[in-house]
Amino acid sequence: MPEHLLVVDGLKQYFQVSKKFTVKAVDGVSFYIDDGETYGLVGESGSGKSTIGRSIIRLYTPTAGKVTFEGVEISGNMGANETRHLRTRMQMIFQDPMACLNPRKKVSDIIAQGLDVHHLCKSREERQEKVYRIMEKIGLDREQANRYPHQFSGGQRQRIGIARALVMEPKLVIADEPISALDVSIQAQVVNLMKDLQKELGAAYLFIAHDLSMVKYISDRIGVLHLGHLVETGTTKDIFEDPIHPYTKSLLSAIPIADPHVEKKRVAIAYDYATSGIDYTKGTYHEISGTHQVLCTDDELAYWQS
Amino acid sequence: MEKTLTIRNLSVSFSTSNGTVRAVRNVDLDLYKGETLAIVGESGSGKSVTVKAVMGITSNNQTIESGSILYRYEQNENWTERELLKLTHNEMRQQINGTHIAMVFQDPMTSLDPTMTIGMQLMEGMMHHLHLSKQAARKRALELLELVGITDSEKRMRNYPHQLSGGMRQRVVIAIALSCNPDILICDEPTTALDVTIQAKILELIKEIQEKTGISVIYITHDLGVVAKVADYVAVMYAGRIVEKGTVDDIFYDPRHPYTWGLLSSMPDLSIDNSERLYTIPGSPPNMVNLPAGDPFAPRNQFALEADYKEESPTFKISDTHFAATWLLDERAPHVEMPVSLRRRIDAMKEGGVSHA
Ligand SMILES: Nc1ncnc2c1ncn2[C@@H]1O[C@H](COP(=O)(O)OP(=O)(O)OP(=O)(O)O)[C@@H](O)[C@H]1O
Ligand SMILES: Nc1ncnc2c1ncn2[C@@H]1O[C@H](COP(=O)(O)OP(=O)(O)OP(=O)(O)O)[C@@H](O)[C@H]1O
Ligand SMILES: [Mg+2]
Ligand SMILES: [Mg+2]
Repeated sequence: MPEHLLVVDGLKQYFQVSKKFTVKAVDGVSFYIDDGETYGLVGESGSGKSTIGRSIIRLYTPTAGKVTFEGVEISGNMGANETRHLRTRMQMIFQDPMACLNPRKKVSDIIAQGLDVHHLCKSREERQEKVYRIMEKIGLDREQANRYPHQFSGGQRQRIGIARALVMEPKLVIADEPISALDVSIQAQVVNLMKDLQKELGAAYLFIAHDLSMVKYISDRIGVLHLGHLVETGTTKDIFEDPIHPYTKSLLSAIPIADPHVEKKRVAIAYDYATSGIDYTKGTYHEISGTHQVLCTDDELAYWQS
Repeated sequence: MEKTLTIRNLSVSFSTSNGTVRAVRNVDLDLYKGETLAIVGESGSGKSVTVKAVMGITSNNQTIESGSILYRYEQNENWTERELLKLTHNEMRQQINGTHIAMVFQDPMTSLDPTMTIGMQLMEGMMHHLHLSKQAARKRALELLELVGITDSEKRMRNYPHQLSGGMRQRVVIAIALSCNPDILICDEPTTALDVTIQAKILELIKEIQEKTGISVIYITHDLGVVAKVADYVAVMYAGRIVEKGTVDDIFYDPRHPYTWGLLSSMPDLSIDNSERLYTIPGSPPNMVNLPAGDPFAPRNQFALEADYKEESPTFKISDTHFAATWLLDERAPHVEMPVSLRRRIDAMKEGGVSHA
């Protein structure tokens, strides 16, 4: 079997908030991502989606678990080689494009930042060539290279964030809610762009979002997160056509549908962990099919499938 | 049905260093008692400015160029009328805001005071506006928290905003908005920051409250799924103007304006095949300082007629409930159909044949 691009195994990320209180933001999550594919991560607010992305790219030091990227372990102490490997081959796109674009820097310098830090260009010409090429791909003019971020619209700023990540020709891009702050018609532009660039450059995406209709459209496989646990994972088809976990079912039932006759009558399926009688720490991954796993006990699975 | 809000010919502009932004242009809107009106449209199209005018929220560089906002309400079995644009800032604050018309903003944190407990924030308005005693206000605050689905309300009363999750905070804001029994609740994108399950709960909650109390709701959103769920009547805005309005059925099943066609087409449909591209409206939104001559949507409109580049279309009446501002409805215009893919989608919806996950 070919090796996976990224393997996350038993990842835990705890935050000590006070002497007595620890937030278990991510509590034993395992999944993998293959070359060139898109893995969608969905779940309610506070379920740990961003934390997973941030732990993988080492904005945090994982509390426990192992993350392997292109065969290199990146979850423990990293030497200079591992660090460089991670910083050049994996990139992140953030939710709020304005927050991560330095307002005093020109767009061309923002895009080239990673190239500059890691001395990836042999000459000024090569640097400029790379910047222009990626700008063209994201649909910005060369003339706009010397402008500042505030001179762009929300959709354009998000494209700059994408350009900054993709100019590095990464193998994996962690996109944390890249479209949530945008208007519907601009969301569609950005998603189309991300798909086109993926086809062209072959990068894999970890796509974090709460809009399930977009996630369905962009993802090959999906992981459903709840309270720091990955409760179900499978291909997009597995999740949408054969959801097993009650949380997944509740999530799918809550997607609004733009058809008044249907939508007016529909009530979302409620799911309340506290009263559900489910204990995530007792569950283990049960295989529904080769691609589809659910976190549960034997009894729960039998009950959900009956 | 009784009309509670009548907006006529409302135009609002802002002066900026680059020139005058004509943010809202000649808007006519009606809101009936117990009804939900949804306002949709692109970012910057004037949705928030319109409802802020109703709330009397103004900024220094703003001018109301024209119009009237007539608010009618029932008091002691008599209907009373107020012209909101004629009230002073103080009159609005003391007599209308909160008690008659309340608003929920997009980001709950901006409307909550981080230094005050949830309980105090709820009770304050009721003690001030409704002259309730502390005990009475406390009792009603607890009821309101239960009403918006917050359990453990006794305990939650003592919490500060940062101790609640995003969804809970938004529910507290809704509870505060409802606390003084308003006739009109305005929600400006109240759920965009929330995930779908919490969003669904909040929408169902607002609907339930509406059934119980008969309040009217104005809902701003760019999520057409949300519109389908909550709206009775829909207004579509583009570049400061209402380009189409009608019942929710008019807009979803019989849209007439090319911008509405574009908006409906860019919704990702759950049945869309991953290999298809999502539809996007070409081009970018107009510069509101220098609106082009003619219809501002014309440069992005594949169905634009020559007339669109010369003069903005008047609003045509399609039925008693349905209006659209497009030259396509002029009797001299050639016959133009909506895009085939949208036609198919609507036909499938009408037959109930769309597969929903
Ligand atoms: N640096 C931190 N210190 C303490 N707690 C944290 C920290 N970062 C995250 N948390 C907590 O960890 C949990 C998971 O947060 P995270 O931001 O990963 O959620 P999310 O799934 O991305 O939610 P959202 O959809 O709202 O972005 C939350 O309870 C959050 O409050
Ligand atoms: N105080 C102000 N000064 C100058 N221009 C303003 C001011 N407030 C709003 N505008 C402009 O008025 C127009 C309409 O703004 P409005 O906030 O109503 O948009 P919106 O439809 O609510 O958009 P969104 O969906 O992004 O909230 C925009 O072009 C905006 O930039
Ligand atoms: Mg997050
Ligand atoms: Mg707004």
